[in-house]
Amino acid sequence: MQESAFLLGQVFNGVSVASLFVLAALGLALSFGLMRVINMAHGEMLMLGGYLAYMTLAVVPGPLGLLVALPVAFLGAALLGAVLEFTIIHRLSARPLDTLLATWGVSLILQQAARNLFGAIGVQVIAPGWLDHTVAISSGVLGGLTLPDTRIFILLVAAIVLGAIALLLNRTRLGLYVRAVNQDRPVAAAMGVNARLVDLLVFSLGTGVAGLAGVILALLGPVTPTVGQSYIVPAFLVVILGGLGSLVGTTIASLIVGLFTALIEIFVDVSLAQVLLLVFVIVFIQFRPQGVITVRTRALEG
Amino acid sequence: MKISSRQILPAMVLLFGACAPLLINAYELSLLGRFLALSILAMGIMLIWGEGGILSLGQGVFFGLGAYALALHLKLEGLNIANGDMPDFMVWSGVSALPAFWYPFASPWFSLACIVLIPGSVAAAFSWLVFRRRIGGVYFALITQALALAFSTLLISQQAYTGGFNGLTDYSTFDGYDITSNFAARVIYWITFVLVTICYFALRWLLATRWGIMLRATRDGENRVRFLGHNPLPYKVGAFTIAGVLAGIGGALFTLHAGVVSPALVGVVPSIEMVVWVALGGRNVLWGAIAGTLLVNFAKDQISSALPSLWLYGLGALFILAVSFLPAGIAGLFRPGSPEERVVRRMLTRRKLETAE
Repeated sequence: MQESAFLLGQVFNGVSVASLFVLAALGLALSFGLMRVINMAHGEMLMLGGYLAYMTLAVVPGPLGLLVALPVAFLGAALLGAVLEFTIIHRLSARPLDTLLATWGVSLILQQAARNLFGAIGVQVIAPGWLDHTVAISSGVLGGLTLPDTRIFILLVAAIVLGAIALLLNRTRLGLYVRAVNQDRPVAAAMGVNARLVDLLVFSLGTGVAGLAGVILALLGPVTPTVGQSYIVPAFLVVILGGLGSLVGTTIASLIVGLFTALIEIFVDVSLAQVLLLVFVIVFIQFRPQGVITVRTRALEG
Repeated sequence: MKISSRQILPAMVLLFGACAPLLINAYELSLLGRFLALSILAMGIMLIWGEGGILSLGQGVFFGLGAYALALHLKLEGLNIANGDMPDFMVWSGVSALPAFWYPFASPWFSLACIVLIPGSVAAAFSWLVFRRRIGGVYFALITQALALAFSTLLISQQAYTGGFNGLTDYSTFDGYDITSNFAARVIYWITFVLVTICYFALRWLLATRWGIMLRATRDGENRVRFLGHNPLPYKVGAFTIAGVLAGIGGALFTLHAGVVSPALVGVVPSIEMVVWVALGGRNVLWGAIAGTLLVNFAKDQISSALPSLWLYGLGALFILAVSFLPAGIAGLFRPGSPEERVVRRMLTRRKLETAE
């Protein structure tokens, strides 16, 4: 294989991993911007999405099962997210660190529930036939480059979701409310924005998107009770790098984390790559402690 | 000297702790010993989280650094290094020569110093790098969690140098003394007990000093501390460093009691479990941290062996309930004027009224 093709293949891998990260981190970042809380059970929304995809494909076999699974996973995860927000997160939102611990408790319970329902080994979702190809370039400078259809599909889903959320945030009344609460909650509330409802909607939207990411994860490997855990720590780092509740920041940060991981893995093994990613994040915040996109605000304590 | 009733209970606890090797059987003693070792770490969490307002989800890292610093020495004990002897797992992994960083650990004194120095310096450097850019709160918690993940995966992947997933186990002597006998178990228990007591009183003293006041001030209003002309950085870095050292000491003692250290004890999940001990016991009270550690760990020992899946549900519920309904922990129930104490008192008085009727 030619070197340029290999390098481009890694870049492509990095971008497709990044698109998973962005789907996983989007909900975290949006809710963090609004409520300053992080949902540690967010990884389990990915897991839930994966299991919902598995169950949907058992009910609706055939080529279109996957297209049914996407909305099912979105709605299922969004519903669970709404319940979680209503029962726990909203009650604790004045104490962000305690929310972290309480939602970690939720995450433990959800993992154990999955273990009891589906077994610890995990279930396999088989990609439908129309995703079973690879785009291979056999000649030219990029000879030997192969792009699996599943990875291209991931990119597409991420792009569509990002576009839809960008439209929602920038072109709708709800988006206006979200941005208003993000900038100044008391003033927005004083102007008649139902901040409570905005919190709830954004939170469940975010968990729904994580559910979508779970479907995609299921195409890449087995769905296990701890599948979310392996993606959630990089997603947290994306939130830190991205800046407060910024869509653009989150996307850029996902690309940074995805590409960094994919490219560094050319030289070192996976575990060392994880260490270097953390070192990179710590070095990065030395220069930009507020993330890639800084939301300008007059508040002293953000 | 008149002894007040408030002093009787602590004195009895101390007396029981000191005499425990004579009162309970060897198995119970080994459990109590290792949980007391963990409570040293828990007091560190109380210091940074309860008093400093810094939530660390990576205390397992410092616990592990202390534990491995001692375990490295225990594995080299009795081997003739000059002769090319190597720990058993290295031979199995096909390592040709002892790695350079292992050599100094042949000295017990170097190893003992490292139990304090390595966790302390890593904690100081890490927290300084993060806090100097004024990154705190949730961000700090997430970065420490990433640290715990990176540390445990690194330990697992470097099988040939760290013993990998199985960790380091099978120790026999320390500086020539047998550490496996029943007598040794008692001595190790007493060392642990004395260290817990020392740490308790040292931290009590520290929190009463000006430094302790400044730490609490930083927790309650970091910007106000700045406006008053103080730099909050030394208090936060100092507290985090002390907590790291305490975690390291706890880790080394735990290794002596348990006879093993492995990545399973230092990763993301154990690190966050450590926080729940303190959350349940009471994050603002030193004895609460110790009580919470003993309580959760004895409960875990009882439940998890019989019904492992029930334990995980229970642990999850404990996280949710402790922070939602018992933010000051069990210790809060006893503190006059706390919301929890008021609820308990109201329940008690209601009962009294009912019985009076």
